[in-house]
Amino acid sequence: MKVKEKRNLILSIVAVLLCCLYLFILESDSVVHSYAITIIERSCIYAVAAVSMNLIIGFTGQFSLGTAGFMCIGAYITGVLTIPVEMRDQIFYLYGMASWLHDIKLPLIVTLILCAVVCAGIAALIGWPVLRLKSDYLAIATLGFSEIIRAIFGWDGLGKITNASYGVSNIPEFKSIFECVIISAVCIVIMILLVNSSYGRAFKAIRDDDVAAEAMGINLFRTKQLSFVVTSAFAGVAGGLLAVYMRSAVTSTFTVALTYNILLMVVLGGIGSISGSILGAFIVTGSQEWLRFLDREYTWSELIPGIGNTGFGAMNVPLLRNGFRMVVFSLLLMLVVLFWNHGLTGSKEITWDRLINGAKKLMRSKKEKAVSEAE
Amino acid sequence: MKRSKLFGIALGCLMAVNLIGCGASSSSSSTGSDAASGDTIKIGIFEPKTGENGGGGAQEELAIEYANYVRPTVTVGGKEYKIQLDWQDNQSDKTVAVTAAQKLIADGVVGVVGGYGSGVCIAAGSYYSNAKIPAIGTSCTNANVTLGNDYYFRACYLDPFQGEVMANWAYSNGFTEVATIDNIGNEYTSGLVKTFTDSFTVLGGTVVDSETFQTNESDFKAILTNIKNSGVKAVFAPTDYLYAPLLLNQAHDLGLDVQWIAGDTWYSNVLIQDAGDNANGVVADTFYSEGGNPEFDAGFKEWLNADASRKATNLDTDAIVGNHAVSYDAYMLLCDAIEAADSLEGPAIRDALAALDESEGYACGPYKFDANGDAIKNTSYICQITSGEWTYQSTETVQK
Amino acid sequence: MISYLLQQLLNGLSLGGAYALIAIGYTMVYGILRMINFAHGDEFMMAGYFMIFSLAVFPWYFAIPFVILCTIVLGVVIERIAYKPLRSAPRMSVMISAIGISYLLQNLANYLFTAMPQSYPQIDILKHVYTFGNISVSRVTIIAPVLTIVLTFLLIMLVNHTKLGMAMRACSKDQETARIMGIKVDNIITTTFVIGCGLAAVGSILYFTDRNTVQPYSGSLPGLKCFVAAVIGGIGNIQGAVIGGFIVGICQIVITAMGYSVFSDAFTFALLVLILIFRPSGLFGEKAVQKV
Repeated sequence: MKVKEKRNLILSIVAVLLCCLYLFILESDSVVHSYAITIIERSCIYAVAAVSMNLIIGFTGQFSLGTAGFMCIGAYITGVLTIPVEMRDQIFYLYGMASWLHDIKLPLIVTLILCAVVCAGIAALIGWPVLRLKSDYLAIATLGFSEIIRAIFGWDGLGKITNASYGVSNIPEFKSIFECVIISAVCIVIMILLVNSSYGRAFKAIRDDDVAAEAMGINLFRTKQLSFVVTSAFAGVAGGLLAVYMRSAVTSTFTVALTYNILLMVVLGGIGSISGSILGAFIVTGSQEWLRFLDREYTWSELIPGIGNTGFGAMNVPLLRNGFRMVVFSLLLMLVVLFWNHGLTGSKEITWDRLINGAKKLMRSKKEKAVSEAE
Repeated sequence: MKRSKLFGIALGCLMAVNLIGCGASSSSSSTGSDAASGDTIKIGIFEPKTGENGGGGAQEELAIEYANYVRPTVTVGGKEYKIQLDWQDNQSDKTVAVTAAQKLIADGVVGVVGGYGSGVCIAAGSYYSNAKIPAIGTSCTNANVTLGNDYYFRACYLDPFQGEVMANWAYSNGFTEVATIDNIGNEYTSGLVKTFTDSFTVLGGTVVDSETFQTNESDFKAILTNIKNSGVKAVFAPTDYLYAPLLLNQAHDLGLDVQWIAGDTWYSNVLIQDAGDNANGVVADTFYSEGGNPEFDAGFKEWLNADASRKATNLDTDAIVGNHAVSYDAYMLLCDAIEAADSLEGPAIRDALAALDESEGYACGPYKFDANGDAIKNTSYICQITSGEWTYQSTETVQK
Repeated sequence: MISYLLQQLLNGLSLGGAYALIAIGYTMVYGILRMINFAHGDEFMMAGYFMIFSLAVFPWYFAIPFVILCTIVLGVVIERIAYKPLRSAPRMSVMISAIGISYLLQNLANYLFTAMPQSYPQIDILKHVYTFGNISVSRVTIIAPVLTIVLTFLLIMLVNHTKLGMAMRACSKDQETARIMGIKVDNIITTTFVIGCGLAAVGSILYFTDRNTVQPYSGSLPGLKCFVAAVIGGIGNIQGAVIGGFIVGICQIVITAMGYSVFSDAFTFALLVLILIFRPSGLFGEKAVQKV
């Protein structure tokens, strides 16, 4: 057993080092690799959002869909507090920025912590009535809250603070890719620590059987509240990061569709698996980019080399047209939900042991196949 | 122990996924550079194909395609380069716009043409300037697109000018009291409503009723009833095109009979198709009025009619609108600047654009850019729909 | 002033009528399956597209029944593919499946019909405009609330006075017992979807005739609002859903007319939370909603 642990530790260290090396390579020539950097940054941010959503949906079993709303709060806080002071009059040209706020500019880390604190506070307030509701009602009430938050930020009465729904632009970007990756990693590690603590076990107990959990002495409401508050706080941080990534915060980004998109990542990765959510975030974000070719019209000759530009080769490949990519995605989601409802990781974490065992099995079956074919 | 395993594996996965991703992206760009290695350069087209401005974007893309047909090459350093258009859809969405801009930069485009709608251009602008890639806006009329951005230029006029023109028109046609309709969250609409209101008040008119609605609203009966109740004779509604037929049809149902005044977005043949008789009388301004440059008109019409699918994209007409003209010009401006700079380097092209002063070869020239990078224009064409057709009314000039 | 108020009231009633018809679909499905059919709003949007295409081919008196039929088929197929296999699955899976279908329908519509709003065909007999002094109304504005009330009345008769209705009520009370009593639960569920989708198709005709355009996302927010309407009226209660629909519709018009269009959606959800906190069974619901 000791040997295995040692092996796993070494593998982990190697993996982390390789990751850092890869990021260094990207960073060393950030103009050339800007596209890859964009995808990684976005994936990391969505990973934070997905893991936080998984905390309440997967670990606590409460179907809350308020993620987009809290991300909206985080994005606006970050936006308003980090844009350069000299740009503010130009950005707030319609309303003029409130004078008390005009000269307050904070470093990114401080604003992100502020995002977490504010979102946690609001979640605690909202959670008091909402968490008494069950499944469907909870889902629709949190969805509703997310819309209400969006409306408040888009209200022109608050224009002096939020610039209403015109949004805040010119937010300074990440200094390097490391800033984004490290902040995301720290957030995820904190959530992993929480899940593995006694609180995490209480969450799972509620998910599996709330009556039994209550009988075991778990304060249902308190525990759900805690889970909701932590979820919302990290959703807020993810929103803040997203604002920095997009360099702008606009209410129209934070619609129900954003929540559904993150839900897709959680479901695809496996409800109740943190590594699954991270994987889901990377796969969904990444493939949404790589599958862009599905949105373009091609002729057969462009796809299959050497069949000439006439006849069959000049015909358009059927189905490929603008919007097909998202159809493929939603079909994928449906297939996962209907036939593979544990997602990629099946509510278990990915570990080296599982990976190596899987690889061994694969090798063995290939060998057997080869043997049987030889016979 | 378990934690470190888990974390390590998670990071490992991230990396694996991204390596694949990078491979995919580099392979796709390498196919591009294979072509570029010889004598091809790329020009990025940053337009919405989908989303709320998809229709406007499609029209501009047509004109750019035509411009590319007219002028498929540029000559730099005595060598002729073929221009390859790199289409990226910004989906009328500010988030997607950023990714689309990054993609263009990663593809190594020499310059960017586009786009329709100010919001997406503002979102993408700083990426172009960071990458030192010059961009020429087609019909993004909000001041913030070029303000404080050395690399963004613009071929069309600005909202303050447009608002002033429409205010002048309204006042000089005897409307002293008007209502305005503003789309909260839309830079284009809000900017126009604000400048219109300012200019109109200075002229001596009053805005009696200012109504607002949210993006994606489809039910305007409540605000239209308010306008009806206010008793005005004219309404200024410079909304995105999307809302035009809804406003007109619902106003008809409510018996609201007023003079509709709008901005350049309403100047589209789709409006006549979508709103039918209810569109009669609508007044809008535009960058270019058909007949302004017979040579451009004839060439573009011939090209449109040559292919049924092109004509279908233009909604089965060969009518020419302002967006066609400015998009054509934006492409030509970029080509001229590349040749004037005699270089494929961003800063050199930028300087050439800033110094450019040309009058030949454009649909609605002459062109010269001011310090902000905005084309100096003081003319707008007012058009009106009469018996199912856009007809030219007057040319408005504002002295700055 | 009076004519102004009357005009706004008519606007609200016509919107409320369409909402009410959609809300019935939510309330019936929830009553029997205990799930929010998140895709219901998108079925309603698809009905809008069906109308565009069928009216291009058929005259209106064929087109309307054809659209209703198509929507019903769509609804039943969705139920068979996405909900039936998950009957015994945890509720969260069913809900995710419903969200997935809604996502799929929106993207499919985006793909098939493009994101550009399509103009909804004008059915002349619905668009005739009446003018009474200062008030103008199109015929559809008057038809919407009247038709809603007539259809609701027929539906209530069906539920309360036929064998089928009795079976439906039994299923919604206790599915297991109903099954033991020899009721074919799956058939009853299908019937529920048939009725819900049929009414949504009628609602879509009323709604879109007034609004002139259909786009892939035009079903999502009205859908959520109609669910809220169903909750306000007391889930599972048909009259309640109708009254809830009118309340939501009129509130929306009033708030927009007062110049707070930003809050017109938010208000609906605020209403929902208030109702859930103070009267979880809705205005007319009988049994209390399960609480923690």
